Amino acid sequence: MTLSIEDLEGIARIEKDKRESFTYQINVCVAAGCLSCQSGVLKEAFEKEVSRRGWENWCSVKGVGCLGLCAAGPLISIQPDGTYYRGVGAPDVSEILESLGGAPIPRLDCASSRPFFEQQPKIVLENSGRIDPERIEDYIAEDGYKALYNALRMMRPSEVIEQVLASGLRGRGGAGFPTGVKWTAVAKASNGNKFVVCNADEGDPGAFMDRSILESDPHRVIEGMAVAAYAVGANTGFIYVRAEYPLAVQRVRTAISQARHLGVLGNNVFNSQFSFDINVRLGAGAFVCGEETALIASIEGRGGRPRPRPPFPAEFGLWGQPTLINNVETFANIPPIIRKGGKWFATIGTEKSKGTKVFALAGRVNNTGLIEVPMGTTLREIVFQIGGGIPGDRAFKAVQTGGPSGGCIPEQFLDMAVDYESLASVGSIMGSGGLIVMDDTSCMVDVAHFFMEFCMSESCGKCVPCRVGTSQIYHLLNRITKGEGKLSDLDMLEDLSDLLKNTSLCGLGQTAPNPIMSTLRYFRDEYVAHIEEKRCPAEACKIHEAREAV
Amino acid sequence: MVTIYVDNMPYQVREGQNLLVACLSLGFDIPHFCWHPALHSVGSCRLCAVKIFRDENDTRGRIFMSCMTPATEGVRISINDPEARHFRASVIEWLMLNHPHDCPVCDEGGECHLQDMTVMTGHVYRRTRKKKRTYSNQNLGPFINHEMNRCIQCYRCVRFYRDYAGGRDLDVFGVHSRVYFGRLEEGALENEFSGNLVEICPTGVFTDKTFKKRYTRKWDLQTAPSICVHCGLGCNTIAGERYGTLRRILNRYNGQVNGYFLCDRGRFGYDFLNSDRRVREPLAKTGQGSGSTALEPISADEALSRLVDIVQNSSRVIGIGSPRTPLEANFALRDLVGEENFSSGMAQAEQDLVSLIVHILREGPAPSASLRELESADAALILGEDLTNTAPMMALYLRQSVRRKPMAVVNELRIPGWLDAAVRGAVQGNKGPLFIAAPIAAGLDDVATETYHAAPDDIARLGFAVAHELDTQAPAVVDLPADRHALAVRIAAALREAERPVVVSGTSSMSPAVIQAAANVAWALHSRGRQVTLSFVAPECNSLGVALMEGRSLEDAIEMAERGQVDTVVTLENDLFARAPRDLVDRLRASCRNFVVIDHCLTGTAEVADLVLPAAAFAESQGTLVNNEGRAQRSYRVFPAPDPIGESRRWLSKAVMARARGRTEEWESFDDLVTRMRQALPVFQPVSNLAPSADARIVGRKIARQPHRCSGRTAMLANVSMREPPPPRDADSPLSFSMEGFQGISPPPLNPRYWAPGWNSAQSLNKFQEEIAGPLRGGDPGQRLIEPRDNGGREYFNAIPVAFSPSDDEWLILPSYHIFGSEELSALSPAIAERIPSAYVAIGEEDADLLGMSEGMLARVEIAGAAESLPARIVADLPRGVALLPKGLERLKGLAIPVRARIGKAVQAEKS
Repeated sequence: MTLSIEDLEGIARIEKDKRESFTYQINVCVAAGCLSCQSGVLKEAFEKEVSRRGWENWCSVKGVGCLGLCAAGPLISIQPDGTYYRGVGAPDVSEILESLGGAPIPRLDCASSRPFFEQQPKIVLENSGRIDPERIEDYIAEDGYKALYNALRMMRPSEVIEQVLASGLRGRGGAGFPTGVKWTAVAKASNGNKFVVCNADEGDPGAFMDRSILESDPHRVIEGMAVAAYAVGANTGFIYVRAEYPLAVQRVRTAISQARHLGVLGNNVFNSQFSFDINVRLGAGAFVCGEETALIASIEGRGGRPRPRPPFPAEFGLWGQPTLINNVETFANIPPIIRKGGKWFATIGTEKSKGTKVFALAGRVNNTGLIEVPMGTTLREIVFQIGGGIPGDRAFKAVQTGGPSGGCIPEQFLDMAVDYESLASVGSIMGSGGLIVMDDTSCMVDVAHFFMEFCMSESCGKCVPCRVGTSQIYHLLNRITKGEGKLSDLDMLEDLSDLLKNTSLCGLGQTAPNPIMSTLRYFRDEYVAHIEEKRCPAEACKIHEAREAV
Repeated sequence: MVTIYVDNMPYQVREGQNLLVACLSLGFDIPHFCWHPALHSVGSCRLCAVKIFRDENDTRGRIFMSCMTPATEGVRISINDPEARHFRASVIEWLMLNHPHDCPVCDEGGECHLQDMTVMTGHVYRRTRKKKRTYSNQNLGPFINHEMNRCIQCYRCVRFYRDYAGGRDLDVFGVHSRVYFGRLEEGALENEFSGNLVEICPTGVFTDKTFKKRYTRKWDLQTAPSICVHCGLGCNTIAGERYGTLRRILNRYNGQVNGYFLCDRGRFGYDFLNSDRRVREPLAKTGQGSGSTALEPISADEALSRLVDIVQNSSRVIGIGSPRTPLEANFALRDLVGEENFSSGMAQAEQDLVSLIVHILREGPAPSASLRELESADAALILGEDLTNTAPMMALYLRQSVRRKPMAVVNELRIPGWLDAAVRGAVQGNKGPLFIAAPIAAGLDDVATETYHAAPDDIARLGFAVAHELDTQAPAVVDLPADRHALAVRIAAALREAERPVVVSGTSSMSPAVIQAAANVAWALHSRGRQVTLSFVAPECNSLGVALMEGRSLEDAIEMAERGQVDTVVTLENDLFARAPRDLVDRLRASCRNFVVIDHCLTGTAEVADLVLPAAAFAESQGTLVNNEGRAQRSYRVFPAPDPIGESRRWLSKAVMARARGRTEEWESFDDLVTRMRQALPVFQPVSNLAPSADARIVGRKIARQPHRCSGRTAMLANVSMREPPPPRDADSPLSFSMEGFQGISPPPLNPRYWAPGWNSAQSLNKFQEEIAGPLRGGDPGQRLIEPRDNGGREYFNAIPVAFSPSDDEWLILPSYHIFGSEELSALSPAIAERIPSAYVAIGEEDADLLGMSEGMLARVEIAGAAESLPARIVADLPRGVALLPKGLERLKGLAIPVRARIGKAVQAEKS
């Protein structure tokens, strides 16, 4: 017995009816950030208190995915009022319940962060903070698995790919390769069993977009993978996720078993000829395993070391078979594209970069958390409106995008519209979506030093430029941050960075010098100050201590 | 062919190869580390960078790794572009950051690829001031020394050891700048080819531990082309000497034979030559009257006069030759004693097997495969051989052959065959057909499609059945069990599908039926139009050569002696106790008046001789060996053995002169002896074409065995005599025992070493090849003596043995083989000796239950009345009724295996 559209709609109807029967919904964030500040306890407290008062029939309490403003957790949202409370604790429960229908409690209200919640037209995160990630019914109520139904029953695989091509969606893993083109390549590959792989090996320091999506809306990714598998002709999928994301792993596993149980994964999905199943593979935390050939090696059970491309995984991937590898966010974009059409998606964003982008906004900014903005939003909007500006109204210095592979963008580009091309033109990359704001207390040499240390220790050790070059650059930076540098070191840094970029085997080494190259380009004076004046303009480096120790 | 432009000059190169290979073949110097001609490209060292330009108007270009870029029509590259040069120098600088710069105390110094590449790229000045990273080293056993600090992480070692040689116990550990190449824990490297790490490693991480004990710089070694004497394959080697001791063996490339590699027995077995078992002066039983039987040293003159005396006063002399001795010495003996009195020195059973092999290879139609050809076979059937232990290099190449068929995928995917990571990914674990039928699990079982463990008769029956499946003209096997028949059908199907199948068998099972079955399979395949080759394992380095002389068997000779018609027996480099039961040899000894032994080691046979003449061993003598393929190859003296040690044929020439009583000396020189041999035995006609004759000169000079940088020429013997002696003369070859002479690229059979300006390491080989991994410039040395007759009307063998039936009270004893221990000479080398297992008797699980035996328990093995107690080894898949005794191990020498034996629990000595 397979699932029919009537079944799907039936589930959605029941779920919606149930929702409508409640006057108030209290959505407690149970993603990893808020859980770590006891939102689980908070949710229980709400449930207990609601049942003590006997309000169960008109007030629901629901665990939901990420609400975005992660630094201010635990967060709750109250619907239909649209009130957001921050830093809520169990002692606040009664007071909140009392206030239902009245004015929000000023002490807890996120009023000052209003733009954060309101200026984000969400596509990928549309269900985050709204549905219970552990219930497939909740997802179905939000048109879940309708895209898969549409694809399987109303479209040929080539038509699915046409929609993706028309949408202009580009890979959200960082490089921005057109997704439809990649799908076409895999679909064209003629040999053997094909595979679809979801790259959830999010390793950038400070980035948690993929984790949040998997924790908040795992079915969206599964649906996206299933559509992709149908389009390219694969029957098996893998989600390669870091073992450091236990909650994401658990929710994905729950979601897969629910999907299998319901029949959206398995044989003859929606009574079609299409069969598909997904396996979860855990990564052991090596950054380089996000590189697709290393990821393949890791899934195959070998050491995670990249190999030279070509051949590309689209022709020659997992176990030598054509393999489609996309990032979590890319797959999460697929269901709405199929439901609403590629043309709709293409209306959002800039000329060459369509749709929205999820960023993990962090650093010296008031509203730290997960945001989703249309491509083309300016850095100023992101930092000063959604991000709420810099704490203490200090001077903005730079934003760092793209994690260890990205660069630092100085103030003069604040009004630049963010897309793949513009970021590249200023020496950074889109990357997977880390966005770190820095003010005048951040030392750019220290930032470069930090990222280079990361790249050095995450290098797999296979090719020489990356293995040795990163450590060489790190040691030069180390010297400079200690006040022991020489001016000639800067030339050497540029020289080494250039070599590393041009000659490393995989993306890790090729992009590792970006933080250095961009800071050398825009903040050379800081390097010079460290070297010539033996001082750190931001007073972040411990030059004095180092000198005194000598 | 396509045209590529290197620094704006056009060159024609083969299409599809990578630019690094193309440029090296053209003679350009492109530095490289991780690429190895046998391991191909992985693009991880980033040293072989060149500039590639879009077209002639492109002046900027881009840096590419030449090893990862195919040579396509019109591609324009620059090796000398300043940016590319700068990049390569930077890579070397990076690699040298943590390198200890300990060249003066490093064994690799002077033949170090890292040194060469550093100089080649022009990196001269160390800029970094940070501390170097260090590692601890491991004890990797008696062969290989480990010094991890020198490592530059090129990954060649693990790629060779794991991917190529199938080893499991060497791996890479750790990440980023702390990757470590070693074993999980200390211990001897288990793989049989670990010695190749010495040459694979571009610097001094893995070095030769046996060499270290008597270390000499490469430039101080006197070297000469040699042939390995430790199995029947005839791998080409370079042997090196200084101060009268043989110091080490390196691989000598032969595109038809051993290619780039050697096995550990061949590399480390040389040390018998320096062992205390060497006979360094003539020995004789003196004081005949007093009945003394001890051998005592005598002077060379006295030895000679005794020898002359003996041969002059003997009416009939029997000569017992040896399959581990070159043709020329065997022929000299044959010349001394006459054709009818010459024995090959092989026991009857072995001689029959080797003669059968010669017969099969001659009658054809399937020709014998060269060792290197095995690599390109796309299907293989092995009958009755444990190749890893009997002919290790054959196992190494067959291990590569299983990738041949799955490689078809690679072509479909349009992945170049040299793109190693992608190729291994495409091939995955897929293996082409390789079937092994042998008594027990062998070293190649891990890559086999199917294995069948049975007694030799059953192996032969399977082979005959396969042949019948392929060609119904071949005799059918009656009463073959259904499962066996199904296996035969599967094997036949796989072989039939192949284009270049190979059938491998040999003498190890001591069964003519197995060899005949292999021939039937090959002939049946040939009748089906397949380019099938046969490859037989020969027991020793000159087994085929001596078999071609068609002498008597050992038993025959002994019988002749016993009939009382013989005064004197001359045994040439042969330990008869290792070949025949003790009592038989004792009878031989008792039946003759004079028992003369010419040998380089004091064997059991030498110990019972009246006169022992000290012979030169392989690196001290010149000669021709015929390998398992039927290929004759020349081995040269590396150094003249110190007096009074003499080459066997020299002693024999004295005896011939004495015996001929005034006959003019017909073979004073080596070339004369070869000429005479060719006249007497036409099969050896091609032997004179193996190498230039002794009077050959290059621009008027001999070829110098010592490199032009050899040091200490005038001082080496100063402790003996202040006068500088003239270098020893070599009348037998165009090589000189001196640094004077020709130093350039010599004809391949005479090439004493690999060296080219700027290339001091073994990697300089690329300057000696016509193209990378192709034949040597001037042709690969060696000449095949045996080719199948053009249209020989052969008939299938039809003596199909009956199925083996085990009995309850008697076991069929078969030999088991050990790479370390089963060959008598290498076993005398201390490093090899450390790896020799102790003696045992192997029985199957079922038999163990029957006997109530468990692993390690003492078993009493009774053969023909003589009993021996041995610890039992229980082998899971050994067929019922079969037991194995390790060949060549001490206490087990000379057993006439196969034989029936009684086995039971040994009665433990009562504890008092």
